[in-house]
Amino acid sequence: MAIRKRFSPLPGFGLSLGYTIFYLALIVLIPLSAVGAKTIGMGWEAFWAAVSNPRVVASYELSFGASLLAAAVNVVFGLIFAWVLVRYRFPGKGLVDALVDLPFALPTAVAGIALATIYAENGPIGSLLKPYGIEVAYNPNGVLLALIFIGLPFVVRTVQPVLADLEKEVEEAAAGLGASRWQTFVKVILPHVLPALLTGFAMAFARAVGEYGSVIFIAGNVPMVSEITPLMIITKLEQYDYAGATAVASVMLIFSFVLLLIINGLQGWMQNRYSKGA
Amino acid sequence: MSATIALQHGSLERYETPSTREPQWIKVLLIGIALTFFTVFLLFPLVAVFVEAFRKGWGTYLAALSSHDALAAIRLTLLTAAIAVPLNLFFGISAAWAIAKFEFPGKRLLITLIDLPFSVSPVISGLIYVLLFGAQGWFGEWFAAHDIKILFAVPGIVLATIFVTFPFVARELIPLMEAQGSEEEEAAVVLGASGWQVFWHTTLPNIKWGLLYGVILCNARAMGEFGAVSVVSGHIRGMTNTMPLHVEILYNEYNYAAAFAVASLLALLAIVTLGLKTLVERQSHKQKTESLALENAS
Repeated sequence: MAIRKRFSPLPGFGLSLGYTIFYLALIVLIPLSAVGAKTIGMGWEAFWAAVSNPRVVASYELSFGASLLAAAVNVVFGLIFAWVLVRYRFPGKGLVDALVDLPFALPTAVAGIALATIYAENGPIGSLLKPYGIEVAYNPNGVLLALIFIGLPFVVRTVQPVLADLEKEVEEAAAGLGASRWQTFVKVILPHVLPALLTGFAMAFARAVGEYGSVIFIAGNVPMVSEITPLMIITKLEQYDYAGATAVASVMLIFSFVLLLIINGLQGWMQNRYSKGA
Repeated sequence: MSATIALQHGSLERYETPSTREPQWIKVLLIGIALTFFTVFLLFPLVAVFVEAFRKGWGTYLAALSSHDALAAIRLTLLTAAIAVPLNLFFGISAAWAIAKFEFPGKRLLITLIDLPFSVSPVISGLIYVLLFGAQGWFGEWFAAHDIKILFAVPGIVLATIFVTFPFVARELIPLMEAQGSEEEEAAVVLGASGWQVFWHTTLPNIKWGLLYGVILCNARAMGEFGAVSVVSGHIRGMTNTMPLHVEILYNEYNYAAAFAVASLLALLAIVTLGLKTLVERQSHKQKTESLALENAS
């Protein structure tokens, strides 16, 4: 018993912490460490051959590129959503507020087949876009579309409470000092919500890179063109290339952990910033 | 996310002074953009699920849902959630109790580790169990020798589901219980309550809405998980197919009406989840304002 509870009369510290660590190790840490062990065991050359294969590299470009773009789109529209939900009254507002979380609640496979059906060239929206030469489904555009869908709530839900907490007096002061509404927005409101926007961006990006279910139905999955990285892992597994699948997975995992650290850092920044009452 | 509750009930009037208002056309424009985006990205896909499900009428719809494979998929999904959710609920309470009520070194690290499954791609969440229990895996030989099937069988599906839903309850409860402190519990202990009594009579009433919220989200993900389960399932019809996997198979067979019929059940689950979530947020907001009012009164 190296760790002792400090000055707390409450019971159950050893038991609850012990069980927490046991269950965490059993379900998360030991299984995840298998990826590391398998990667180290395969040797550098086999690892490099797996992760630098042109088809895999093309999938990184698509996954990371489309995820960045989707997260950027989500920042813009997420901010608009948060803004109108906090500041304005309009018909259907309750429904909009409740359904913003739909991408969290709707199983990804369901979202995937629904998006593919709507945006296919004979679907209700796809058929409208077709005459203009815009094809959304079964190419990289479809990947982007699905990732925008999946990432939206992250930005809205991190920005919304921060925007709601902004004191009206701050804006009044800015206006009183002669700032136009636009200047107030750029110089007062935007800096205030910036940490939340960045956090939302990073969370949407992290989720998008790993996303599978909502993407594969609409992506078309054409090698070198519209294959995402998680699909490459599945493809390798189906060929019983466990080592190759693990190598690609370890690249994704390292990336995810770095993003997780960045998100943690951003959240720390947010807490400092907002608890001081900016 | 629970912080969003306050918005719905806060007054909008405080933004209505002329110096802090946008021109009317900007307001209309922003609402227009939001509503258009909402319709195209959120409402359309949801409505499309039901439209496609009923395109060939009630008969086809009911036939799709009552087929042997669909019923087996529904049963497996319910079974998986019935195992994964209680296990993660128990873990969530245990973790929140240790983290929120006591001080110990490495606490932040522990919280980060608990969140880990959220930053792992679902596909990798499945892969790790292939590495553990596959033919060449760490434990693969031992289980094969004892004739226990984990991978491409129900236990693998349950394990992968537990992994992806692991943080839900804990991450809802930890901030909630940290914010509430432990004064009430300490008072109860001093008055002679046992550990179990303290939890049951003092802690639980304070956290019940957060707990319910976590369970709802955990359950939605457990029933709807696709990527992780897809990797470990083996896709044996009527045996190791959950509802999302059954949807995929039907869809890839161009049996759209049946695929969307099963999908409509999952969409219904999502709608119920969002409805309950809104309700729980309202209740917990009410509880918060009531306890604030009590504090102010005393």
